[in-house]
Amino acid sequence: MEKLRRTMLFMPGNNPGMLQDAAILGADSIILDLEDAVSLTEKDSARILVREAIRTIDYSQVEVVVRVNPLDTEFGPQDVDVIARVKPDTLLIPKANEEEIKLVDKLLDKIEKEEGYPPGSIKIIALIETALGLENVYNVIEASRRTVGVLLGGEDLTADLGIERTKEGEEIFYARNKVATVCRALKVDAIDTPFTDTNDYEGLEKDTAKAKGLGLTGKSAINPRQIETIHSVFAPTEDELKRALRILDAMEEAEKEGKGCCSLDGKMIDAPVINRAACTVDQGIRLGLISGEGGAR
Amino acid sequence: MKTILGREIPDYIKGYGHVRPFQGAFSDVGVKTRTAVRLTSVIPNDQKVLPSLEDALDKLNINDGMTISFHHHLRNGDYVLNKVMERLAARGVKDLTVAASSIFPIHAPLVEHIESGVVTGLVTNYISGPVAEAVSKGKLKKPAIMQTHGGRARAIESGELHIDVAFLAAPTADTYGNVNGVYGDAACGSLGYAVADAEYADKTIAITDHLVPYPAYPIEINQVFIDYIVKIDSIGDPKGIVSGTTRITKDPVALIIAKRATEVIKASGLVREGMSFQTGAGGTSLAVAAELKKIMQHEGVVGSFASGGITGYLVEMLEEGLFRSLFDVQCFDLKAIESYRDNPTHQFMSASMYGNPHTKGAVVNNLDIIILGATEIDTDFNVNVTTGSNGVIMGGSGGHSDTAAGSKLAIVVTNLMKARLPIIKDKVITVTTPGESIDVVVTERGIAVNPKRADLLEKLKMTKLPLMTIEELKLLAEKITGVPKAVATSEKIVAVIEYRDGSVIDVVREVDSVS
Repeated sequence: MEKLRRTMLFMPGNNPGMLQDAAILGADSIILDLEDAVSLTEKDSARILVREAIRTIDYSQVEVVVRVNPLDTEFGPQDVDVIARVKPDTLLIPKANEEEIKLVDKLLDKIEKEEGYPPGSIKIIALIETALGLENVYNVIEASRRTVGVLLGGEDLTADLGIERTKEGEEIFYARNKVATVCRALKVDAIDTPFTDTNDYEGLEKDTAKAKGLGLTGKSAINPRQIETIHSVFAPTEDELKRALRILDAMEEAEKEGKGCCSLDGKMIDAPVINRAACTVDQGIRLGLISGEGGAR
Repeated sequence: MKTILGREIPDYIKGYGHVRPFQGAFSDVGVKTRTAVRLTSVIPNDQKVLPSLEDALDKLNINDGMTISFHHHLRNGDYVLNKVMERLAARGVKDLTVAASSIFPIHAPLVEHIESGVVTGLVTNYISGPVAEAVSKGKLKKPAIMQTHGGRARAIESGELHIDVAFLAAPTADTYGNVNGVYGDAACGSLGYAVADAEYADKTIAITDHLVPYPAYPIEINQVFIDYIVKIDSIGDPKGIVSGTTRITKDPVALIIAKRATEVIKASGLVREGMSFQTGAGGTSLAVAAELKKIMQHEGVVGSFASGGITGYLVEMLEEGLFRSLFDVQCFDLKAIESYRDNPTHQFMSASMYGNPHTKGAVVNNLDIIILGATEIDTDFNVNVTTGSNGVIMGGSGGHSDTAAGSKLAIVVTNLMKARLPIIKDKVITVTTPGESIDVVVTERGIAVNPKRADLLEKLKMTKLPLMTIEELKLLAEKITGVPKAVATSEKIVAVIEYRDGSVIDVVREVDSVS
C-alpha cells in the first residue's frame, strides 16, 4: 500500500538536532531542506550533514524527501549528485518546470545505474512556485515517471504573480484548484503550501480544511506542532467512516442480489458515491482507524 | 559493604560517621521516636524583636561547630543565607554546618566560606551552581549530606539532624513571631520546608523585611516556635523567588514525550474520579498536566488533589474544577501565591506532611501519579537526579524519591538523548531514587515498563504505544550516540546520598576534572 502524504514537514538541513529527531515527530514525510533554510555559506556543509543523516539515522518510519537547490544554481546539480547516492525516497525540486524535472530524471537514471539502485526507485515531487510552472503543471508531472506529487509553494508563487499573500488565501484559490485537478487527473498527490503562522492553530485548521475542500491530498508543515492539526483535518471522521462502510455494505448486498444500483437511507447510491466511500475506507485502513481485508470492521 | 542495589559503600565515612546501607524503600518502618526539643520559655512583656542582625547574633551565641539552618522558599532570590553567613564569617566563627533545604546559584558566596573553613559541613536536598561545583571538587571538609524533602523533615524530627539555630526568612512576621509567606515584597507563598526547622531548632529567629503589628494573618508558622525577630532591608529579590509565568514547552520532542506519558496514565486506569496527581514546574512536566487536563475534561473526571510545588497551571486546573484541592509545600509563581493566599481549597502542607516516611502517613502515600525527571536512568530503573553525566553535582532528590516511593504510578519523562549523550546506562553514576520505585520510563522513541509492573505492562500492550525493554531503549540511543566513556572519579567521597529513611543509597566521589 502506498504511503500517505498528509503532512510533509520541512526541517532545516543544517541543524543536527532537528535532523536527529525528524523521524519521530509524527509527520508522514520529512523534507530535509537544502534550499531556503540554508544560507549560501552553509550550502556544502548542510549537503554533507543531510547525506550523513540519511546514512546514519533510522528514518524507516517516514518518507525522506530532500529539497535540493534550484537546478539552475551551482548547488542544485551537486545536491542531486551527492544526495541521490544515499538513496532518499524522494527529491523535492524547487521552481519546477518541465526542463528541471527532465534534467533531474536524467541525473537520477545515471546515479541509480552507477549505484546499482533499481531504476526509477528515487521519486520526484515538483515544487510549483512560479506562474509558468503552475500553468504547465500537467507537463511538469508528465516529464518524469518518477513524479509522485506536486507541492504548491504559495509564498514564491504570489511573489511571482506580484500579489499579496494573505492568511485567508483567496489569492491562491486558482492555484490550489489547478494543482488539485491536474494531480487528481494524473493520480499523483497534491500537497498544499504551508501555513506560516505557527501559533495560530485555528487558522491552520481552517486553511487545511480549505485545501482539503478543493481536493488537495496533504499539506506541508513548517513546525512539528502543526502536524496534529493537519492530520485531524485529513483523517476521515468516525461518522464519515461509518457511512462509507454502510455504503459499501449496501453495494455488496445489491451485487449479490444482482441489482445494478441500490439506495441507502432513501438516497440513490451510484458509482461516484461508491468511489468516494471506497476512498474514505481505504484512507481509514491506511490510518489504522479500521482494519483492512479480513479484519473486523 | 554493599547496598541492596549493589553499590559499594564504606562502613564508615570520615566526617559522616557510621553508614547504614540502603536496604529497600520500605525496609525501615515501624515504631519511631520524635526527639524532644530544648527551648527557652518567655514570660509576659519579654520582647522578641531585636534591633539588628548583629544584636541577634550576639544573643544567639553561635559557636564553632554548630549547625544552622535555612529554608529555600526564596530560591534564587534569597538574600538571607548570604547575609547571615557574611556576618558569622566576620565574627570569626568556624566549622559550621549549614543545613539549607536547597542551595542555589545565588549562594555562590558560600564557596568562600567553605574555602576559609567557616563552613565545613552541608546538609541539603538540592544544590545547583557554584556551591555544587565546589562540593564536587572536594572543597568541603566533610562530605555534604544530601537528603530528600521528606527525609530532611524526618531527620530533623527524629533528632538525627540537630539544628542549633534556624534562620527563618519570613516574607511577613509580626512582633511576637507569627510568620506567613503570602504578604510582603518577598512573598513566596507556602513555607512548607521551614516548618520542621522552626519547630525543632534550639533557637529560631525570623528575619523579615515586612514587620507587621501583632497579630499577623494568616499564620503559617506560629509564635510558640520563634525566639527572636529581626527586620532587615530586604530578604530577597522577587525576580529570583518567582518566575512571572510558567510556560508549557514548545519543544516538539518534549511535547511528544508529554503526550505519550499522558497516554500511559490513561491506559493505567488511573484517570478516574478522585484521582491525584503531581508534576514539577518544568516545561515537559507542565505539558503532561496540559494533556492530562484534556483527558480529564473529556472523561468528565474530578480529581481529589494535586500536590507538590504548585504552579499557576495547577491552580487553573483547581479553579476549573478538575481537582477538589491542592496540597502546597512551595509556590512556584505569583498565581500560585495568590491562590494559596485566597482559596481555602488550596491547602498548606509541611515537608513532613508531604513526604516524611516516619509519620502516620505522608501525602505522597495518597498520590496516584507522579511525573519525574532524570539526568540518567539505568537498566535497573535506578534514577540519578543528583549528578550530571560528568559526575558533577547539579541537583538532588528534592521530593523525587519521596513521591516515587509513595505514588501508585511513577513516570520518568526524559529525552532519550541529551546533548549527544544517551540517558539510559548500565549503571547510573549516582543513585538518587531506587528502581523499585519507578514504574515506567517515557521517551520520545520508546517506553519501557519496569518488569516488576507486569500488570501495567499488560495494560499498555493493549495500546499502540511503542513499548520496549529498557535494554532495547538503551541500545536504540547508543546506536545514535555510541557508548560514552565512564567518568573517572577518585576515591574521595564528597557527598553522601541519604534515602528518605536516612539509610545511605549512594555516595558521590570527587571527579578528576570539573570543567
